[in-house]
Amino acid sequence: MDAKLPNPVRSVFEQVERDGTVVVNIGPSHPATHGTIQIIVELDGEKVVRADAHCGYLHRGFEKECEAHTWHNLIPYVDRLNYCSALSNDFAYCAAVEELMGIELTPRCKYLRTLLAEYSRIADHLTCIAASLMEMGAMTAFLYLVMLRDFIYEHLAALTGARVTYTYGRIGGLACDLPPGWLARLDEILDQYEVFVGRVHGLMDRNRIFIDRTRDVGVISTAEAINWGFTGPILRSTGAPRDLRKDTPYLAYAELDFEVPVGIKGDNYDRYYVRMREMDESVHMIRQLVDLLPDGPINVDDRRCTFPEKRLVYTEIESLINHFKLVMEGPQVPAGEVYSAQEAPNGELGFYIVSTGEGTPYKVHVRSPSFVHMGGAHRLMEGYQLADIIPTFGSVNMIGGECDR
Amino acid sequence: MDTAVLDLLKERLDTVHETAISHGTLVLVVAPAELPGTVQRLKSEFEFDLFLDVTAVDWPGQKPRFEVVYHFYSTTHRVRFRLKTRVSEEDPTVGSLVSLYGSARFMERECHDMYGIVFRGNPDLRPILLYEGFVGHPLRKDYPKRAEQPLVPYRD
Repeated sequence: MDAKLPNPVRSVFEQVERDGTVVVNIGPSHPATHGTIQIIVELDGEKVVRADAHCGYLHRGFEKECEAHTWHNLIPYVDRLNYCSALSNDFAYCAAVEELMGIELTPRCKYLRTLLAEYSRIADHLTCIAASLMEMGAMTAFLYLVMLRDFIYEHLAALTGARVTYTYGRIGGLACDLPPGWLARLDEILDQYEVFVGRVHGLMDRNRIFIDRTRDVGVISTAEAINWGFTGPILRSTGAPRDLRKDTPYLAYAELDFEVPVGIKGDNYDRYYVRMREMDESVHMIRQLVDLLPDGPINVDDRRCTFPEKRLVYTEIESLINHFKLVMEGPQVPAGEVYSAQEAPNGELGFYIVSTGEGTPYKVHVRSPSFVHMGGAHRLMEGYQLADIIPTFGSVNMIGGECDR
Repeated sequence: MDTAVLDLLKERLDTVHETAISHGTLVLVVAPAELPGTVQRLKSEFEFDLFLDVTAVDWPGQKPRFEVVYHFYSTTHRVRFRLKTRVSEEDPTVGSLVSLYGSARFMERECHDMYGIVFRGNPDLRPILLYEGFVGHPLRKDYPKRAEQPLVPYRD
């Protein structure tokens, strides 16, 4: 083995800045950080003077791999970006490709995608809040929230066949329509949500220990949050009502009635509360969407991307060829480039895709919120206690799959 | 969405080579040397305060080879636009935007990792998704997907 190779990680600081401080390494595999990330901090006593976050431990060459697969074959890969809300990734990716192809979704698909994106947002926020509360010792709240999340996972498994990585979006539509009874169960779960999230509010909101750990910890101002590229709940917790669902409405959001909850100070408590309120808004939206959900086909009638019915593939030559071409060569996406962004649970999830008119992308780039948030995470940690890193990091909700790609 | 600012932008920015509308997004092309100055004006005069993304596209065989692509968003006007510049393989250098946007720091590091674009003025171009000792730039088209890297020794 070549001993001349350097240490795979080089910290931005090797030496302490002043006397009496010490450099401490946290991670990349630490029991209290729910994500594979390494944070190197300089401590003065228990106070963090400098912090340096290293990501990349889950890098698996997503963008390189995309260039070797057809447009359809990428859908399972994009699922694995943010594995807490895989459906949001599916829909954001499909929306980018559809924009390049000039496809207008069917009304049912549009509403169903909106409903499922909001459902995913609830699952994602539940995961984030549950994990960060548990790290502060709130085991009951954790179990209530994770139980709800499990209801959602099981319910989505009934729809898509998978619990976490669904591969449910399709270019120009969705994999399948809702099974019978799905909406009735949805209603039950939303009722359960209200019961248990109400209990978590009762347990946490005015809890002295929780407030002491989160109030005025990891504070960031709106201007600074924008400077560091923060979007989503972190930016909203500073008091800026910036939400792509309202600002540049896509899917069916323009027709829905919802609020954009914002915080006051941009600290950990606000990030917790903004997420809790956002889930309530999502529930409110889902209830409207269930009433609005139109009938009709879920896939567009476009032979460039929609697979023909299996029955026809076996009986007529045109459909057989169509199926063959779509599988072997992939959908022919017109040459061009597009940047399409949606409000994922963590913030702006953007896909920048370049096509040269072939069945395989020329380039796929993901603007993942977690990666950008990690670029500014040190700002939330510096000046606070070592023990505050855990709740702060939890409130940022870094998802390794999306951050490291 | 307030698209009036985009018309104003096309009119007032004299450093821009060409403008186009691609799928509803305004695309501006500038020379690498003029990039930091143009972005400075975009930030101060047109309120494009959110630096969304930087990446590159490799076009082997074309001259110049790399297209560096930026996306900006204005939280005031709620519009997005794309800024592009082209750099050659021999001198893949553009000015860094870290002095204007904090978020450029990580994203320029990633672009440097993946394409070898050098951002002049970014003090911290350490590998970010890759590791120290990684040979080559994996998202360049001439980097084979199955290329092997020298193994990193275990730490003592």
